[in-house]
Amino acid sequence: MSEPTISSKAAPVRFEGVSKVFGKDVVAVDAIDLHVDAGKLVTLLGPSGCGKTTTLRMIAGLEMASSGRIFIGDRDVTTLPATDRDVTMVFQSYALFPHMTVLENVRYGLTFSGFGKEEARSRAQAGLDLVGLKGFGGRLPSELSGGQQQRVAVARALVLEPQVLLFDEPLSNLDAKLRRQVREDIRAIQQDLGLTVVYVTHDQEEALAVSDEIVVMRNAAIAQKGTPRELYDAPNDTFVADFIGEANLLACIIVAVEGDMAVIEIEGYRYRLPGRSLPAGPATLAVRPSRIRFGDDTGIPATISKATYVGVRMEYTLTGAFGQVFAVQDDVDDPLEPGTEVRMTFAERGPVLLPGG
Amino acid sequence: MVDGGLWSFEWLVDGYPFDEDYAPAAFLIAQGEKTWLAPLLVPLALPLLVVRRPKSDPLFARILILSGALGFGWLIAQGFGIGIRGFTFDWLKALFGEPRIRQFGMGYGAMFSATAFLFLLTQGIAARGAINGDVFVVSAIGGVIAIVTTFVFFPIANMLFAAFVTEDGSYSLTVFAAKFFDDRLWGLGCLWGARCGAAWNSLFLAVIVGFVTTILGLCFALVVTRSGFRYKRAVRALTVLPIITPPFVIGLALILLFGLSGSVTVFLADLFGVQPTRWLYGMPGILIAQTLAFTPIAFLVLIGVVEGVSPSMEEAAQTLRASRWQTFRTVSLPLMRPGLANAFLLGFIESMADFGNPLVLGGNFDVLSTEIFFAIVGAQYDQGRAAVLAMVLLFFTLSAFYAQRAWLGRKSYTTVTGKGDAGVHPLMPTGLSMPVTTIALVWAFFTAVVYGMIVYGSVVELWGVNNSLTFKHYVTAFSVRFEEEGIRWTGAAWDSFWTTITIAAIAAPLTAAVGLVTAYLLTRQNFAGKNAFEFGTMLSFAIPGTVIGVSYILAFNVPPIEITGTGVILVVSFIFRNLPVGVRAGIASMSQLDKSLDESSLTLGANSWQTFRRVILPLLRPAILAALVYSFVRAMTAISAVIFLVSARYDMATSYIIGRVENNDYGLAIAYSTTLIFVMLAAVGLLQVLVGRVQIGRRS
Repeated sequence: MSEPTISSKAAPVRFEGVSKVFGKDVVAVDAIDLHVDAGKLVTLLGPSGCGKTTTLRMIAGLEMASSGRIFIGDRDVTTLPATDRDVTMVFQSYALFPHMTVLENVRYGLTFSGFGKEEARSRAQAGLDLVGLKGFGGRLPSELSGGQQQRVAVARALVLEPQVLLFDEPLSNLDAKLRRQVREDIRAIQQDLGLTVVYVTHDQEEALAVSDEIVVMRNAAIAQKGTPRELYDAPNDTFVADFIGEANLLACIIVAVEGDMAVIEIEGYRYRLPGRSLPAGPATLAVRPSRIRFGDDTGIPATISKATYVGVRMEYTLTGAFGQVFAVQDDVDDPLEPGTEVRMTFAERGPVLLPGG
Repeated sequence: MVDGGLWSFEWLVDGYPFDEDYAPAAFLIAQGEKTWLAPLLVPLALPLLVVRRPKSDPLFARILILSGALGFGWLIAQGFGIGIRGFTFDWLKALFGEPRIRQFGMGYGAMFSATAFLFLLTQGIAARGAINGDVFVVSAIGGVIAIVTTFVFFPIANMLFAAFVTEDGSYSLTVFAAKFFDDRLWGLGCLWGARCGAAWNSLFLAVIVGFVTTILGLCFALVVTRSGFRYKRAVRALTVLPIITPPFVIGLALILLFGLSGSVTVFLADLFGVQPTRWLYGMPGILIAQTLAFTPIAFLVLIGVVEGVSPSMEEAAQTLRASRWQTFRTVSLPLMRPGLANAFLLGFIESMADFGNPLVLGGNFDVLSTEIFFAIVGAQYDQGRAAVLAMVLLFFTLSAFYAQRAWLGRKSYTTVTGKGDAGVHPLMPTGLSMPVTTIALVWAFFTAVVYGMIVYGSVVELWGVNNSLTFKHYVTAFSVRFEEEGIRWTGAAWDSFWTTITIAAIAAPLTAAVGLVTAYLLTRQNFAGKNAFEFGTMLSFAIPGTVIGVSYILAFNVPPIEITGTGVILVVSFIFRNLPVGVRAGIASMSQLDKSLDESSLTLGANSWQTFRRVILPLLRPAILAALVYSFVRAMTAISAVIFLVSARYDMATSYIIGRVENNDYGLAIAYSTTLIFVMLAAVGLLQVLVGRVQIGRRS
């Protein structure tokens, strides 16, 4: 018998008009449609209370949809409880069973899946190998570090070869350095095995780093979905622009539309950028902090009101007639003093036009 | 069929299955006898129609619900429709004719069919999608509701009706009114020298006991947490006392000290040359005994509260320039206020419900709990009066219980958050520390003397008359002879001792099981009517034992559930008397387990039963052990309900001791009590050792 390896039975997930109402009138999720392709990692991102965790728990079957239908693969699982769904989940608190050893934890689900004792054992072992915890099987969860516990939780969910693997803010209990490594590990395993993964987080940087696609949620509904690049470079509205990465929102006037491009004006400074089919008139310009330039002779007049040195770069707060903007500059050797008058301009690419004035 | 006790299977050989008294229903119906059982066959057969259908088929659910409800309903209907003298209602007689035989108590057959119908019903409800279609949870809810209804609500309701029954068996309000407004109940004679009614006596006593125990409990709690007192561990050991002491033992010890021939009485009489009096019997005696008995309970409540006040609050007050005394008065004490109220109400309820001490020390001071007893067993034999008294008592305790929940439920000031509180409780201000420590020490000394008296009294020949030391009482009670056939238990107490151990041992695991399942449902599941469910299961805490006793003999003396005089009724009464202990232990430790543990087990493919068994139960091992031992010990010390329910065949240790006391055989009674205390001390000690060993790494 060859050593068992963990493979994938990845399946797509589809939500059709799914709502979840708690009690009488607390709408946690409001008629969302969602499609997660097989083998992709999709992140649900949003501020707390936006319904992302409820959505995740509805995929798991821990919450039942109040209306609408949920499909995993071709199967309608809307009324199926968690036990009967082929979905596993990695919990924020890991939820390792403290009275079982690491190996018993990983084997737990296998014993309910019809595997023989030996088979279950070797599969669990393979799972531990996969997450780099070979030889830790005999320990109790309390004898492991946080990062190791996290990996046990991942192994426990992986060995069942689920159609969909869910992560509920898996990194929030780890320290900052470990986070980067664990998220890379998760992404690597997901891509190697071709798993369908739905991942919940409120950390936009984490979402940008691991996702094939990001679904930004707001007030129980989907605000925008797309690849990390799409969301970062072309947010639909001010909420998404501000939530994904920081964005300075400036009021501007579209003075001319030329085909795909538009020309805007802020305090006499003109700038050309993709028009995104917005009509002429008042609009909002979203500019990432790193896309702000100063030092030219022309541009929007501003004053540096705060300058902070954070090691890899300088962070400035600028004030002017437009209000306040936050900018970062890579040049740390010649910092500008607070009170310096500058002219603010934008990088050639990056700023995005949004509707509304 | 329980005539010979549930453990007796003589009916199996005694003409089964053809004798008509024992025969199963199937035979009877085939012979055309007891045709009223025939309709039961229909719902029994009904589910066969859907055996092959899938669970999601709506028909499956509907048929199961239909058959379960029909069968269960019919079983109950025929159980009550046919009384001990034939049909209960006239129209039934008209329909079926006069039956030749009466209803017998329901036995195994009925129990099994009732269970079967119940679970058919719950299966059906689950199949309709209740609680995510979880059969285990729906069945557990159904099961708990069914048994709590049968053994708590049904007897209580039954008792309430008994209060309205006239002598010829009809119902009347005037009878109730006459008994309710009886002078013996509400008389205020004591205000001008005569005697007061039992209700006022009970209320008055309970208020004082609640007050005094709260103050003493607070003193002890303050000494343990906020003083430099060195022997704190010894004071903490006090909390074990009420658990292992049969309630009337304190009363006995007080008699040895202050009774007519008590040592203190005799000593003082000799010293001052005064005539010894019977001052102890009555209000003063009961008050002292109950205060001794229930102070540790108040202490137990208050130590949690006093420790729960976050030290950082007090430290903050001190940094704001409050002196120690000001800190105590303006911060510590107000934060303890809900705990004080809680302790008061507990003392109040315990005093109301206490039966043993008033029985031993009451004299002419009537209280409700003993009056109920005398209404049933005395010459007056008046069920109606007992029921009325029980209602009044129940009203008092339920009001206190309700006040406790309604007022304190949401008002917890417990300020410990689990992290960041590294502070130390400040010591009490000196002006307070002195009196508090003195009171606590004096009372602790008194308690020690009383308990010492119990042990000493058990080895004295005849108290006050012949003070020579002897083991005679132990020999009478617990002698054994070794003969060829083996050991012969010749002592007078062995019978009741083994019965007690057996019954307590049977009741303990059942109590723990029902309690834990209930706790699981309350902490882990959401369902409609959960609050009512919780209230119902915790209610039995507020029902005094005497009330349970009376209602049980009223309800279960006649079919359909005829278990009076058997061991079963004792087991059942213990289960429901001690249920809240199991539920509380379960809730306390289950709420420490993160819910994500269950959820991860569910997503890993285990169903809710497997999750309960493989994740929750193993983690609850300490709680299970505790629930087991405490329900065992409480079953051994119980007296109030037991005294109504014992029979010659199933006598319990406590009621045996009370019997000895009534015969003035104090030596044997005290020797037996001492033995019980040591047995239970051993049980509790064993628990400490076992729980200490079960080391489980909880989520940190």
